[in-house]
Amino acid sequence: MSTKTKWVFISAFTALAAVFFLSLASGQYPVPLEAVWHSFLAYDPHSIDHIVIQTTRLSRTFVAGLVGASLAVSGVLMQALTRNPLAAPSIFGVNAGAVFFIVLCSSFSATLSAGSLLWIAFFGATMAGGLVYGIGFLGRDGLSPVKIVLSGVAISSLFVAFTQGILVLGQEGLDSVLFWMAGSVSGRSLDAVGQVLPYTCLFMFAAILCSPHINVLLSGDDIAKGLGQNTLLIKTLLSTLIIGLAGIAVSLAGNIGFIGLIVPHMVRAFTGNDHRSLIPLSALWGAILLMLADIIGRFVIAPEELPIGVLTAILGVPFFIYLARKGKSHV
Amino acid sequence: MSKLWIIRNRLISAAIPVSAVAVMCALIVVVFAIMLISLSVGNQFIGIGQILFDMFSRSDTLSEFIAQSLRFPRVVMSAIVGAALASSGLLLQSMIRNPLASPDVIGITGGASAAAITYLSFFSSTLGIFWLPFFSILGAFSAVLLVYCLAWRNGITPMRLILVGMGISALMGAITTFAIAASPLSTSITAYIWLTGSVYGANWKDVQALLPWVCVSLPFLLLFTRQINAQELGDQISTGLGISVQSLRLGMLIISVVLAAPAIAYVGAIGFVGLIAPHIARRIVFRSFGLLLPVSALLGACLVMLADLVGRTVFLPLDVPAGVFVSAIGAPFFIYLLYRQRF
Repeated sequence: MSTKTKWVFISAFTALAAVFFLSLASGQYPVPLEAVWHSFLAYDPHSIDHIVIQTTRLSRTFVAGLVGASLAVSGVLMQALTRNPLAAPSIFGVNAGAVFFIVLCSSFSATLSAGSLLWIAFFGATMAGGLVYGIGFLGRDGLSPVKIVLSGVAISSLFVAFTQGILVLGQEGLDSVLFWMAGSVSGRSLDAVGQVLPYTCLFMFAAILCSPHINVLLSGDDIAKGLGQNTLLIKTLLSTLIIGLAGIAVSLAGNIGFIGLIVPHMVRAFTGNDHRSLIPLSALWGAILLMLADIIGRFVIAPEELPIGVLTAILGVPFFIYLARKGKSHV
Repeated sequence: MSKLWIIRNRLISAAIPVSAVAVMCALIVVVFAIMLISLSVGNQFIGIGQILFDMFSRSDTLSEFIAQSLRFPRVVMSAIVGAALASSGLLLQSMIRNPLASPDVIGITGGASAAAITYLSFFSSTLGIFWLPFFSILGAFSAVLLVYCLAWRNGITPMRLILVGMGISALMGAITTFAIAASPLSTSITAYIWLTGSVYGANWKDVQALLPWVCVSLPFLLLFTRQINAQELGDQISTGLGISVQSLRLGMLIISVVLAAPAIAYVGAIGFVGLIAPHIARRIVFRSFGLLLPVSALLGACLVMLADLVGRTVFLPLDVPAGVFVSAIGAPFFIYLLYRQRF
């Protein structure tokens, strides 16, 4: 690891810590940083400051961090897999699939626990992702980047239509689902985080282990095969990781777009295209960015909260358009 | 293309394949057949004979009320909307020279939806429902204008237009979700039903308001058949043929908004019509814009009418929005196209 990369890592960790404490302290009910610190060292169950931090703020900060990291890594892997700078997890249809299954199950039983919703969303994300991936194989040329993107668009709109159909017919569950669909990190329990944390760690670790192979894969299918790589195996593994990480993110926070698109590009500006440092750095910066977005969302239309998915879209779309205008290969 | 039907006089000159005329006549018959079936089937069955009788005599029976006031405007509305969306899709596909283009992709649907939902959530209680279509058209125009300007770099290329369109659609989607989430529950349900795309509750007033947009744009488009046909051959060839490509494209874009946005304003975001109908049209008639336009419009009308018919009757007493069925047909079709095309 070069000295420069080392410093990039150190600054990322510092920024993460800073944003973490900022997120705990800020909001409609501001808490002094001292109290934040004390709530960890000496938790006082009678202090309102401490209760706010340890119950609501801590869980939403963790959710934002976890979701941001998962989305960002998922985005890196996806951009590598499709060799398309515009790729992002929502393209795999995982968001739409997860939302559909959540809505479907909520329409059958009104009282689903947060834990079971999580698994339902995860199942939906995997279903949709698998479907998109499977369709990507159809036709003469096998798995091509463009085909994955397009089949993602088709499957997404199919699931969105079915979701809308269910919601229109059974309007009871609409309101609670709508905020979740817009993407939100509030109101999730630390328990929910704990349930997905092992899987997130597993997937992240696998992604980091894969990173040298990804570097090889990026030099092109033929070259990778010539170097003795089992490209099909690597591609399948990458797709599984993408779906898994994105599924975790959707199940925790609903529909949050563009983090998976922006972060990899941002990090690439510092580290180049070496996935050994690109993947862990994207995880760090994804967490930082989403925590920041969450903090901003608490203030923009106070006392209401702006759904975080809206905020990331507003941040992400100009960037997406910038990339679309800049790109040479596709224009 | 064996037999041609040649019209040549001072105003127009055209060579129309006889087979295409036959296809169009057949489609018109199909449209009327679906219309009659839609009028007769539903929660309460009314015989087709009774419907025809009611249509020409003025009786004040319940069956007349159901057929004439409830079902008829709804059926006509779906036909107009289908035709408008399909021709808008055809225009865009021809302009972008990409079979995957449609009003959904280019930001028309997104812009119209975002504007309409914002209106429904925040202004409809004070301003009433009357201004909704204008708002929605305004939204679609601004979204498309934004897409067009952002995609402009020494002219417009199809792929850049699609990509920027996807981006702006996402932004509009964010605005839409925000408006729904921020509005009170009662309006958010209305907004959501609208968003799915449903011709439920259409009335003659809506039909009257929508019809002029379509009736003026479609014949007007036919005047540009030659330019549009040439435009499909590629920028260099059409420039060589003396066509101002960029201004023609801008014109086509504007007309496709004028076709799609009012339709979306009245019935909501029905997707995929603009994608499917032109494709089927290309399969059954010779590829000339002048023939594709009427055939796509008729096919689009059939598609939305059928979707509404199925949604209204199969799941009784539920009334499933037509948009759900159009997507249920449209998404697999899109995948089929993907399967057929080489990438």
